[in-house]
Amino acid sequence: MNTRARWGKRVTFGVGATLAFAYVFPFFLVFVNSLKLKSDILANPLALPVQITWDNFQQAFIKMNFFRSLTNSLIITVFSVSLLIIVSSMLAYYLARTKTKPAKYVFLILVASMIVPFQALMIPFIARFAPFVSWNNRAALIFFYIGFGTALSTFLYHGFITNIPTEIDEAASIDGASDMVAFWKIIFPMMRPITATVAIINALWIWNDFLLPRLVLTEETQTLPLSTYLFYGMYSIEYGQAMAGLALAVIPIVIFYLILQKQFISGISQGAVK
Amino acid sequence: MASARATKKFVKFAGLPLAIFSVVLVVPFVNGFYYTFTDWDGFKITKFVGLTNYADSFADPKFWTTLRFTALFVVVSLILVNVVAFGLALIVTSKLRSRNILRTFFFVPNLIGGVVLGVIWQFIFNSAIVTLANKYDWELFKQSWLQDTNKAFWALIIVTVWQSSGYMMIVYITGLVSIEGDVLEASQIDGASPLRTLFSIKIPLMAQAFTIALFLTLRGGFMAYDVNVALTGGGPFRTTELISLHIFQDAFSEGDFGTGQSKAVIMFIVVALAALVQVSVSKRYEVQR
Repeated sequence: MNTRARWGKRVTFGVGATLAFAYVFPFFLVFVNSLKLKSDILANPLALPVQITWDNFQQAFIKMNFFRSLTNSLIITVFSVSLLIIVSSMLAYYLARTKTKPAKYVFLILVASMIVPFQALMIPFIARFAPFVSWNNRAALIFFYIGFGTALSTFLYHGFITNIPTEIDEAASIDGASDMVAFWKIIFPMMRPITATVAIINALWIWNDFLLPRLVLTEETQTLPLSTYLFYGMYSIEYGQAMAGLALAVIPIVIFYLILQKQFISGISQGAVK
Repeated sequence: MASARATKKFVKFAGLPLAIFSVVLVVPFVNGFYYTFTDWDGFKITKFVGLTNYADSFADPKFWTTLRFTALFVVVSLILVNVVAFGLALIVTSKLRSRNILRTFFFVPNLIGGVVLGVIWQFIFNSAIVTLANKYDWELFKQSWLQDTNKAFWALIIVTVWQSSGYMMIVYITGLVSIEGDVLEASQIDGASPLRTLFSIKIPLMAQAFTIALFLTLRGGFMAYDVNVALTGGGPFRTTELISLHIFQDAFSEGDFGTGQSKAVIMFIVVALAALVQVSVSKRYEVQR
């Protein structure tokens, strides 16, 4: 390698490392300060803790009802994503295999609907669904996520199914399998890569969503972003506790990401480029 | 007989999702349009009012503030997010040994919801930086940036770029690695400099990635809500309200459902037109391979 290329590499590394540092620095700041006393934070937010205190975490744990909001987030995300996978894969299979005009139009409507911002529906939406929400707001929220997530998930599955040869369906039906059996036993297992993509994209969206839960959920059913936001609003003066609350909101998803990193990156790139 | 079977298959495979989609999306969408021409107050309609709601919306000076602020936000964030994201993509597709670790770091802000990110930066801008500025005498940061409309705008931009560039980086990486190696080799043999290769070969061949990333940032810019509400909350004095937050405040804080909804319809039309123009312009630059 000549000197010029080597210098180029060094500069690239320097810029990359500096930027990477800047990207994670805010999180570092949160964690460091979550372990400090308020007076130490006020003296110097950048310094490492003089004496480590776990009291902030203890307080934040109780005050933001961490386990309750974590459970709510998990229930809502797991149910919404699983149901979305089931209904949208079936819908996509139907639309991809039915070569009729109406099927084509339905698909076009689904694709076009992705441009509609939620804010354009928000007001009539809340007025119309108020009784449903007050009956059971978690179920209502899951129902809404299925409605809003159908278009993108179906679109992703549709692109994948068109690459599966129809001979496979025909062979299954000659062997006497019903539509349902053929789909669930043969086609669906073949779609594992795209199912991973659909699961990750929807899980990230639903886990982090704020506006819809804010409009729909009550105190008992708060999700993690909601309880973090409210907790910070009430205790932002207690810097240490506020930072511990933020750290608690960040930790679960970062752990999840570090375990499934490959799937995350390939899922996002497939989902975005399709 | 055949059509009965076809109907049965339709109901089994497509019935449920299409029903939910219609109830959740199509009905409120159509309803929303209709309500803007009436005196709807959230509960009942007594008469048609024509375009009064739209006239009221445009007569509201705060709405104009919001429109200007949103337009500026969309343009600046669109440019900066994509420039930064493309730069990051170039770094992590270079021959560095540390490229995978760097990619992991750049993507982290994207995992976390805008509200949590906004609150983290609220602490940074309101407390951390101000404390340090007073200690070390940095004039620019002594007053919190979030107390000043212009600086709060840049605070919003910084957080947005930090949050979204990792996602767009992935889109650009996909574009960069899709370029065939022999094309790059040919350009190297022809003696093209790295910069020349970038602008004359790589960028034209990955134009599709730009179409997608620009579309996503455009849409994201118009719909931004979480970071806005958590970072500035629209303050000081409702001068940093992006359109989503403005509509939310109109409807749910002030109870103006009619004007709130007509502003939402205006937002939809603006987003749809902007996206249409952007995609058709970008498509023209895409090279057929």
